[in-house]
Amino acid sequence: METPLENRAGWARWQRAWWYHAMQYGQTWRGSVAGSVLFPIFYLAAMGVGVGHLVSAHTGLVQGQTYLHFIAPSLLVTTAMQLGEGESLWPVLAAVKWVRTYHAAVSTPLEPEDVLAGKLTWVATRSLAGGIVYTIVIGAFGALHSWWALTLPLLSVLTTLAFAAPLVAYATTAESDASFPTLYRFAFVPMFLFSATFFPVASYPGYLRPLVQLVPLYHAVALGRAAAVGAGAPAALAAHLLVLVALTVAGVLVGRRTIRRRLVD
Amino acid sequence: MSETILEAHGLVKRFGDFEAVRGIDVSIARGESFGFLGPNGAGKTSTMRMISAVSAPSSGSIRIFGLDPTTDGPAVRARLGVVPQEDNLELELSVRLNLEMFGRYFDLPRRVIRERTRELLAFAQLSERAEDRVDDLSGGMKRRLTIARALINQPELLILDEPTTGLDPQARHLLWDRLYRLKRDGVTLIVTTHYMDEAEQLCDRLVVMDHGRIVAEGAPRALIEQHSSREVVELRFAADSHEEYLDVLAPFAPRVEALPDRALLYVEDGDATLHDIHASGLTPASALVRRSSLEDVFLRLTGRTLVD
Repeated sequence: METPLENRAGWARWQRAWWYHAMQYGQTWRGSVAGSVLFPIFYLAAMGVGVGHLVSAHTGLVQGQTYLHFIAPSLLVTTAMQLGEGESLWPVLAAVKWVRTYHAAVSTPLEPEDVLAGKLTWVATRSLAGGIVYTIVIGAFGALHSWWALTLPLLSVLTTLAFAAPLVAYATTAESDASFPTLYRFAFVPMFLFSATFFPVASYPGYLRPLVQLVPLYHAVALGRAAAVGAGAPAALAAHLLVLVALTVAGVLVGRRTIRRRLVD
Repeated sequence: MSETILEAHGLVKRFGDFEAVRGIDVSIARGESFGFLGPNGAGKTSTMRMISAVSAPSSGSIRIFGLDPTTDGPAVRARLGVVPQEDNLELELSVRLNLEMFGRYFDLPRRVIRERTRELLAFAQLSERAEDRVDDLSGGMKRRLTIARALINQPELLILDEPTTGLDPQARHLLWDRLYRLKRDGVTLIVTTHYMDEAEQLCDRLVVMDHGRIVAEGAPRALIEQHSSREVVELRFAADSHEEYLDVLAPFAPRVEALPDRALLYVEDGDATLHDIHASGLTPASALVRRSSLEDVFLRLTGRTLVD
């Protein structure tokens, strides 16, 4: 028994950790919400409509689709990836080392695993909200052709977690942020550009094509495209899904150990 | 004998090859104010983390409220208040939200959180700053907020690690006053400090720690009587080292200690000793007679000073 029953609100411990992030977000939500509505519009207008105009003038369709249709799902999943990256490195290092707010949390009934669960469910919550907005915007641009597109917000969540879970696990072991910019330079930015995000795998040189398959974002992009048109080989889709789920599960399992070692030893 | 709130036996904390805490035994009664006194690196913070139920002992046993914190951590922490050495407040949130957030961590209902937040803001003298961002507060205000935050669950046991380190004298006295009130209300306090005046002010009973061990235990006055003389004469000479005065001063006191910047003579009557010294023709640059303190106890027991 923690506190007398009549004195309890009845929230699970991970929900209390989730609430902390919600409260923190409450300080800056205006700018963030504006961004999550405006950026999809900007990107789809500039890349999908603007660049798409050039593409259709020179090469016509891409994989049987207009360029807008081709890149709209990629933009959604890359945004989900970037949310996972941005939320998981500096904010986590600050919470375990600089400001030590996670240390404050584990001096209460919360356990380190609750703090991790609260963090990841919060990032998932934001990704879900962002994914819904993005899907609506894509729909407004007329780039959705299947009821399967309704799964795009869920794909957004899974993509965010596939990056956030391993990165949070990593950030809880870091002593400084020296390696973080390197991750951006040599992993995140190349991944953003070369995961068949902006041009199909067929345009890569033959020897590079297998390499692309090793990149996590590629699998999210492939799933996004399949969802937008409601077509795809089930075996391939299952494999893409498995990659993202495996990254998430591995990140959570490792993260539970690393955050415990960091906070309560 | 009153109820025991915390009991530890053979407590050890190892980090790799380094043994930060080397087998300590303590027993603390409900309502008591208990101190851990020692220099930096004595193992105080590691001990505090173990009795705060956030760090498992490498060996030994510990019971808090009769529970084992390694298996009942959440239940133990629900009844504890912890003030860490470094403030870990949420800097971007307001003073009020910092308190409310902690109330949520303890799963208190909204109504209770609101009520206690109002009381604690007044207790910490922060009612006027309730809506300000924590980042904008002074060091003393942040410290008071950290203490107020630790009280949101009305803890039976409040653990404070170096509560006044880095504060100016006025802020320290204000904090001490708040801690007296808690003590009066029956809250059990555990305090670590390397300030002997703080320990003398706050603690009913304390242990002196050095190199991970307890080297003395007792009430502050009793420890002083046991390990030091009634008075101390402090002499400063215009010299690079006070070691060279040890022989000259030896005849004037049963015990003489040389520190880098002064010599200490442990005597029963300081004024008489000082008179004798002046009569002998010695001319210290400055001289001071004072009562023995825990600092002297520590020097006696370890051969070193508390604050380097």
